[in-house]
Amino acid sequence: MKLPPRNYDEMVKRANPPSPVLKDCLWAFFVGGGICLLGEGLRQFYLIWYDQQLAGTLTSITLVFLSAAVTVPGWYQKLAAKAGAGTLVPITGFANSVVSPAVEFKAEGWVTGIGAKIFTIAGPVLAFGTFASWVWGLIYWAMGMF
Amino acid sequence: MNYLWAFIVGGFICVVGQLLMDYTKLTPARILTGYVVGGVILSALGLYDPIAEFAGAGASVPLLGFGHLLAQGVMQAVDEIGLPGVFTGGLTAASGGITASIVFALLASLIGKSRDQN
Repeated sequence: MKLPPRNYDEMVKRANPPSPVLKDCLWAFFVGGGICLLGEGLRQFYLIWYDQQLAGTLTSITLVFLSAAVTVPGWYQKLAAKAGAGTLVPITGFANSVVSPAVEFKAEGWVTGIGAKIFTIAGPVLAFGTFASWVWGLIYWAMGMF
Repeated sequence: MNYLWAFIVGGFICVVGQLLMDYTKLTPARILTGYVVGGVILSALGLYDPIAEFAGAGASVPLLGFGHLLAQGVMQAVDEIGLPGVFTGGLTAASGGITASIVFALLASLIGKSRDQN
């Protein structure tokens, strides 16, 4: 059966149920906001002893640890199925993207399995993030010259 | 008030990510990469610091905050040591979160068992 592309688009649209965007967004808001709230609690706790910068670093480390702890039994992935970007966008989602393949690809060995696969998502994030900071650093340095 | 703003701003940043997931075909890897680079740009333009000021973890916990950290780190290092700081500042500031992710992932691989993704 030959179809003009427009008809095909319509058929695809009819076959895919509309994604419940509002529900997705509410989940993302409350779960993502909740993770940030937890982060703020940790930050205030660390601020009792440390300065802003160190308190922020310790908050990240703690959240990464908690994310790893709930990724191992598969709970983070279960929550992510409902919360979508609410679990993806916080640093716990970044941690999950590193920890989850470490467990998943264990059978493929330490180097080509775990060592390589943990950077499937973290690799591009670090590559482009580092590059962007380098470009900005260079601009900032050049601005200081004048 | 700190806690309320952390919740609202953090939640809002996640909703933006959710809209990207629902309305575009962007994969999670692309969204995370975009958030980090976006954070560097917003921070470089001086737009992110005011948000981080009142939202605290609501701004620093989402990956935009990771980008902000990279941008702030590189500026601090350039202020301190000049040109070499362009190379060292970003990752130095972000090293805590990156090292934690790698270390806990390797430790998790020792105790975790592979499972179906369902």
